[in-house]
Amino acid sequence: MTITLNEAIELITLEADMLDHSEFREWLKLYTADSLYAVPIDPDAKVEDLGKILNYAYDNAEMREKRVERLLGGRSISAAPPARTVRLLSRYRMLETGTESCTLRCAQLLTELRQGRERYYAADVTFRLKRTEDGLRINQKIVRLLTSTEALTAVSYIL
Amino acid sequence: MQDLPDPRSLVNADYADGSIYSNPELYDMEMDRIFMHNWIWVAHRSDLPEPGNFITTFVGPHPVIVSRDRKGDVHVMLNRCRHRGATVCERKSGTGASFVCPYHGWAYGLDGALRGVPYQEGYSGQLDKKKYPLVSLRVEEYNGLIFATFDKSIMSLDAWLGRAKPWIDLFMKQGAGWPVKTMGEHKFTFPGNWKIQLENTTDAYHFPIVHKSFLDSVDEETQNTFDFVGGKGFVEDLGHGHSVMVMIPELVDLDENLDAAIPERFLELAEELSKDYPPEKVRQIVRAVGGTGFNLNLFPNLACSMAFFRVLRPLSVNETEIRHIAIGMDGGPESANEARLRLHEHFQGPMGFGTPDDAEAWDRVQRGSLAGRDIAILLNRGLGHEAKREDGNLFSDVSAETGMRAAYRQWLAAMTDEMAAAETGV
Repeated sequence: MTITLNEAIELITLEADMLDHSEFREWLKLYTADSLYAVPIDPDAKVEDLGKILNYAYDNAEMREKRVERLLGGRSISAAPPARTVRLLSRYRMLETGTESCTLRCAQLLTELRQGRERYYAADVTFRLKRTEDGLRINQKIVRLLTSTEALTAVSYIL
Repeated sequence: MQDLPDPRSLVNADYADGSIYSNPELYDMEMDRIFMHNWIWVAHRSDLPEPGNFITTFVGPHPVIVSRDRKGDVHVMLNRCRHRGATVCERKSGTGASFVCPYHGWAYGLDGALRGVPYQEGYSGQLDKKKYPLVSLRVEEYNGLIFATFDKSIMSLDAWLGRAKPWIDLFMKQGAGWPVKTMGEHKFTFPGNWKIQLENTTDAYHFPIVHKSFLDSVDEETQNTFDFVGGKGFVEDLGHGHSVMVMIPELVDLDENLDAAIPERFLELAEELSKDYPPEKVRQIVRAVGGTGFNLNLFPNLACSMAFFRVLRPLSVNETEIRHIAIGMDGGPESANEARLRLHEHFQGPMGFGTPDDAEAWDRVQRGSLAGRDIAILLNRGLGHEAKREDGNLFSDVSAETGMRAAYRQWLAAMTDEMAAAETGV
C-alpha cells in the first residue's frame, strides 16, 4: 500500500516529541541502519553531494549514537543540563510516495531555552521514510536551517 | 572630554583586571588602537584564486572587499561608496569586473578606482574621479595568508610575523605537497569578549576538562594522542603577541616520522589511497589529514589551529563572532579531503562535539567576571618554570599561560602605543 501523508506525519511527529523529551535512545531506533541525518550549510547543495562539502552535522548511525551519548553522558558542559526545546512541525507536503518509501518536506520552528536565553531556529526539513519489517522508519533527515549561512550559536542538542 | 581607561592599570605581567572583558570604553579603544593599527587577517589565497574573484569581510568593525584585479594583485578596500557611504557589495563572494553602488550608480573597478558616475555633468567639472577611489588598506601576504591594515606606518607583515613564520610554514604542510585551500566554514557567535577566545587558542589546560565528551567519542589511540597535559609539549612566546602551543610534538613536522604506524582510525582511508598512490605518499597524505600537533596564535585575530583556521571578529564588548575555516589539499585526493571535513564536523562548529563546550566555558567567563570589583583574572600558570631559549623566546610547559601573557603584553603595547615593549622579554 502506498505510504500516506498521515502515516508519514505520525512518524515524524513522534520523532519531534522524542527529541523534545530527551528520549534519545528510543529516537535512535526510528532510523534505518543505513540512514543519514544531516544539517547542511550550503542551502543549494543536493543531498547526494553533502558528503563532499562541509556541514554542521553529517551523521551516520555511529555518529548519531555518539551524539546521543554526549547528550546523556553528563560530561559535556554545554549539555549538562541540556537545552530545553519545543519544536513545531507544520506545512507538510508529500513530494513523492510509493509502497516502499516516500519523501516528505515540512517546516520546523524550534525554540530553545538554556541559561535563561531563548533562541529560535526555523528550518525546512526533508525526510525520506522507508517501510521496513518493523514499520515505517527514517532513512534520511535533512535539516536546512533558514540561517545556515549566518553565524549560529552553540546547538548542543539535536535539531 | 571623557577620561579613557588606563590600560596599564588593568593588565599586568601575570594577571589582568576582570573589567577587560566588559568595559565598553576599553573596547572602543581596542577597535581603534588594535584593530586599526595591527595587521588583521582577511583572507586565504584560495578564497580568491583567479583575477576578478572577490570576497567581503571585516577588519575589526569595518566592512571591506578583498579582490583580485586583472593583473592578479590583491586589494583590500573599504566597502563604502565615496559619494554617500553605502556599501557597494553585499555578496559574500563572487567574480566580477566592477562594484556598482546601488544608490546612485557610482561604479568602481576591482582595484577600487572610480570608473563611472551617472549624470556627471551635474558636477560641472568639479568631480575629479581620481580623487575618489574606494579607500584602500595596506595589503601584504605570507604563505597564502592575506593581511590588511589601516596603518601605513607599521612594520612590514614579514617583520610583524617574525618568529611565527616557520610555524606558518609547518602548518601549511597539511597540503601534503599540494597547496592548502579553504573548504567552507562554521560560523557562530558567543556572548563574550573577543579576548576570551584569543586566550583559549593556547590554553591546553582546559582540554581534558572541557572536552571530556569529545574524548569519550573517539577511540583509545586518539584519546592517548590528545592526552597531552603533563606531556612533552610546550607553549612558546614568538613575539608581537604571537605564540605557539605544541600539544603533540610528533606532529609538528608532518613531513617527518613518515615511518610511524598509521593510526587505526585512518587505516580505511590509507587502504583507499593505496589504490592511487605509492606507500610513502599515502603516509604523507594520511599524516596531513590528521592535522598538525600545534596551535599557532597570531595576534589579534587569526589562529592556525591544528587542522583549521580560527578567525575571531569582535561584534561588541560582549559579543564575538568565530569562524572555524576547514582546509584541505588543493588538487589532492577527494577521499582525504572528505575525511578532513568529517573530522572538522566532529569537533568544530555549533553542532560539533568540542566547540559548544568551549563556547559554554567562554560564556561563563563573561558572566562570572562581572561579579565583584577589583578581582584579578590569573595568567600566571607555568610562570615558575618559564625559561628563555637561545633566540630569546620565552617558553614553558604545554599547559602554561605563556601564550596569554604574550598576547596581553602586545595588547598593552598597542593600547599604550609602546610597540617596542612588545618584544619578548623586554
